[in-house]
Amino acid sequence: MSMHEITLIVNGKPQKLTVKSNELLLNVLRDKLFLTGAKYGCGIAECSACTVLKGDRSIMSCLVPAVAADGWEITTPEGLVVDGELNAVQEELVNKGAIQCGFCTPGMAMTGTACVRENPDADEAFVRDYMRGNYCRCTGYQAIVEAILAACEDAKNGKRV
Amino acid sequence: MGEINTKFVEHEYDYVKPASLDEALDILAEKKEKAKIYAGGTDLLVHLKMGKGGDMEVMLDINGIDELFGVTKSEDSVRIGGAEKIWVLETNPVINELYPALAKAMSLMASVSVRNMASIAGNFCNASPVADTVGPCMCYCGKVELKSKERGVRYVDATEFFVGPGRTVIEPDEILTAIILPIPKENTGDSFTKISRVRPDIAKISLTCVVTRDGDKVDTCRIAMGTVAPTPKYFDEISEALNGKKMTKELIADTADALEAAIKPRKKSRSSTPEYKKAMTHLMAIENLEAAWKASGGELA
Repeated sequence: MSMHEITLIVNGKPQKLTVKSNELLLNVLRDKLFLTGAKYGCGIAECSACTVLKGDRSIMSCLVPAVAADGWEITTPEGLVVDGELNAVQEELVNKGAIQCGFCTPGMAMTGTACVRENPDADEAFVRDYMRGNYCRCTGYQAIVEAILAACEDAKNGKRV
Repeated sequence: MGEINTKFVEHEYDYVKPASLDEALDILAEKKEKAKIYAGGTDLLVHLKMGKGGDMEVMLDINGIDELFGVTKSEDSVRIGGAEKIWVLETNPVINELYPALAKAMSLMASVSVRNMASIAGNFCNASPVADTVGPCMCYCGKVELKSKERGVRYVDATEFFVGPGRTVIEPDEILTAIILPIPKENTGDSFTKISRVRPDIAKISLTCVVTRDGDKVDTCRIAMGTVAPTPKYFDEISEALNGKKMTKELIADTADALEAAIKPRKKSRSSTPEYKKAMTHLMAIENLEAAWKASGGELA
């Protein structure tokens, strides 16, 4: 099995790491960089709890070999917070009471952020379609959709997403 | 068999990321089936986690090979790079203009994060009977471009590419480098629909129809379906029976009857019964034939 020297740019900071060829990005983020925002849910890209951003696009870190992510710019849920302030999607998830057990929330914040960045003019149908891969077993989704729609308004009013 | 733990990949292998196609083909020529190609990983990594890695020794990452990416339009065809991501393709203006059924099929796949990762070649090579990109490519007379070190390049019709569930004509030393779609004739219309349990699920059943119109007659018609056979299936005889005929509601109903009779779904398949699939086939055939005909500019008496 091969070992690899890689550099991940995580939340704006370059991180030099040595990884085995079969190590996964999610486990490297959680166990080596101690960024535990992204969650291990299903492990097979069905639940989206492990979602991170590559650039502005959402990906599932449970299915990415860490070595394949060499040089990528990754944002984890921690990276959405700047100087202690939540971004608009995170803040609206709190405001709208869109969190119950909270396990899916980091993934919702990541995909929701990608959604707002891609289309701040999104309507409810667009948001529901965009978020269709993110599973929540508590809330029934309504409050989450409302939070992302509210974040779209915030974004248009100049709030950081 | 041990318990499956999807948190880790236990299978051990070497990882290589060649910068050129020649280098990648050299590795495949040497390692053959012991090398597995990593494009988007949305199937490969799931297989590895499920303990289906077999005797894989090398993960061959093809994301560093520029010629496997992009959409290039020439005089008579459009070339889609095999490793190109589904989301790039579903938002590509050329594909949306010329092959809207393919763009629609891709936008309905899985979730946005999976589509940000997955490649079109992966959807072909995983060879699921469900594969949503395949029906539109079959109906648009698509060809698969395969390259190897030993034999250079060869082209296989999309309709001839699949052998069985998970099996294709691709040799262990070959890479699917591109999908080539001819530019449709004028007055061509298409339609794609699928039914799945919930939106991000894979299809229970899908149907694509592409019609080229000659006045009030059908010039050519092509119909393909997913999940009604061991592979994605193009219905050559039923489709070609329409060629040259005046398009009417009766012709559409007859075609729907013929498709319903022709499909042979497995008894137990994704919790849908053969009766359900036959009933849905009938409805979807009518819906898509009407929509494709209208999209081609035709009117229905």
